[in-house]
Amino acid sequence: MPNTLYDKIWNDHLVDQQADGTALLFVDRHLVHEVTSPQAFEGLRNSNRKVRHPKLTLAVADHNVPTTDRSKGISDKESKIQVDTLEANCKEFGIKLFGMGDKRQGIVHIIGPEQGFTQPGTVIVCGDSHTATHGAFGSLAFGIGTSEVEHVLATQTLVQKKAKNFRINVEGKLPLGVTSKDVILQIIGKIGTAGGTGCVIEYAGDLIRSLSVEQRMTICNMTIEGGARAGLIAPDEKIFKYLEGKPMSPKGKNWENALEYWRNLKSDDGAKFDKEVNLKAEEILPMITWGTSPQDVITIDGKIPNPQNEKNEDKKNSLERALNYMGLKPNMAAKDIKIDKVFIGSCTNGRIEDLREAAKILKDKKIASHVHAMVVPGSGLVKEQAEQEGLDKIFVNSGFEWREPGCSMCLAMNADKLKPEERCASTSNRNFEGRQGRGGRTHLVSPGMAAAAAISGSLDDVRKYQN
Amino acid sequence: MQKFSTLKSIPAYLPIVNVDTDMIIPKQFLKTIKRTGLGKNLFFEMRYDDKGKEINEFILNKTPFNKSKILIAGKNFGCGSSREHAPWALLDFGITCVISSSFADIFHNNCFKNGILPIILNDDKIKELSEYANRKEEIFVDLNVEKVIYGNNEVRFKVDPFKKKCLLEGLDDIALSLNKSKKIENFEKDLKSQKPWIFND
Repeated sequence: MPNTLYDKIWNDHLVDQQADGTALLFVDRHLVHEVTSPQAFEGLRNSNRKVRHPKLTLAVADHNVPTTDRSKGISDKESKIQVDTLEANCKEFGIKLFGMGDKRQGIVHIIGPEQGFTQPGTVIVCGDSHTATHGAFGSLAFGIGTSEVEHVLATQTLVQKKAKNFRINVEGKLPLGVTSKDVILQIIGKIGTAGGTGCVIEYAGDLIRSLSVEQRMTICNMTIEGGARAGLIAPDEKIFKYLEGKPMSPKGKNWENALEYWRNLKSDDGAKFDKEVNLKAEEILPMITWGTSPQDVITIDGKIPNPQNEKNEDKKNSLERALNYMGLKPNMAAKDIKIDKVFIGSCTNGRIEDLREAAKILKDKKIASHVHAMVVPGSGLVKEQAEQEGLDKIFVNSGFEWREPGCSMCLAMNADKLKPEERCASTSNRNFEGRQGRGGRTHLVSPGMAAAAAISGSLDDVRKYQN
Repeated sequence: MQKFSTLKSIPAYLPIVNVDTDMIIPKQFLKTIKRTGLGKNLFFEMRYDDKGKEINEFILNKTPFNKSKILIAGKNFGCGSSREHAPWALLDFGITCVISSSFADIFHNNCFKNGILPIILNDDKIKELSEYANRKEEIFVDLNVEKVIYGNNEVRFKVDPFKKKCLLEGLDDIALSLNKSKKIENFEKDLKSQKPWIFND
């Protein structure tokens, strides 16, 4: 019987299958960060259990770390306790950790691929919903809760039920100025935030294949915003080339064997998908979110929706609630939305190509005087690379702040946050109420669109600044 | 884990769709290294004003809903972040059953690890049950027979049999998986020979 890529990875990791459909799945790679792991380690200690495979586990502090001068350590007491706890736990259980002073430190979903820890055909988990990012490598990657983190630490397995197969095909070429961020925002707008619930999404089609490795990561990253457990893309030569020579990638004979295995990782012709959606790349435009859910998308040429046009009472109420929170009026043009802040970074758009895309727009330009803008590279290595290319100078000269790596204002656990009613063009992944700070208003955009908004001082069309 | 079998309570009704885990417990409370004590911060931004004073209109601040053990809410409850702090906060507040027409996957899983029963019912039934919240009348949840009983009515719900067993018996699923150690070892042995690069050997 023809199998999907998801079926193949699933079958290859089955340790045990119960009659009721519950399965025990082997986990090849476990990423750990400071926020969702302390209670898991505590649980291990209380039950006198060990970490089964410390070598298959990699830890980093990213959510809580300051993005300004780190020489004085972390001033927030609770954040410091959490980061110190991670350090102590890693030491006690023998897990490799990239500490705050390590240049390999960065956002967990950026360092995994960067180090070659992320590999095709593996099952990768992390106590973080954006683990789907790693699906760009053709791995089955998904977020888990802290109890499950403890389960994986103790057993290197996870209790799972098989999800449905959902394929999204994107064919064609993207218009100028349109990026993979716009593609995934468009997809979420189309399927809705619960559209993928109970499914694993495979992204396919010639547009997807034409994307770079990093652009694919942006798409898989936001799969969770469409409600799916994981999103993946069949690996190809671009992926193999990206991984070759990375510190934790297979070497020598292992590399040859891995490559042979990886090359067979694709859905068979005729494989059955429970659900399928098709998109034409040519029809995708630069997108923004206007509301408080990632499905609230419009194009930059669009207008804010009017609740009066909504017949369903629940939907109308939820539109009104979102407009009220966002401080927007119905029918207002997207380009008339004035912004206060710009944030470029996060596991969605904090990689080198994202920074290049924004820097290209900002070169020899100044940001609007009322705008406060910052770039937070996704990792120490991204930061280093950007500095070698002189991107930091372009950002700083245009008026951006150039920060240290971490999750930063994507979830605002550290000092980087919006004040009430402040409005931000952000390259992150969630525009939930209060996500970037209590009362803060988030518009999700691509890095190029964030740069355009910084220059104009309002949400704006990145195509205006393309040469 | 605390067991779940039956539950009787006046439900609280939160008529909001896509309630995300940032709403259930905002990030400033994720800095804890404990599982307990989060109940006072449940739905923090909807529950308290800027000065930290309770907002009277918010459902969980009103009597008798401040004692509700059952929460009824709009579809796609628990979407967003994987933070298990969300079910920990519900549990600490005293809510051990959430009823919605759909749940986000990770949150749904997390509930079962903490003795919380998430129940999926269709929108019509949600409307009917929300009337009980409005009238401040108790409803009864029985996991054994997978039923919600309200007034003279009842509605069946479905729960995964394995998860049901874990909830009813309060089982530690790590111990259950470790009972399969032999199978895990065999799997690892095969893996080492077939895909040695996984272990970087």
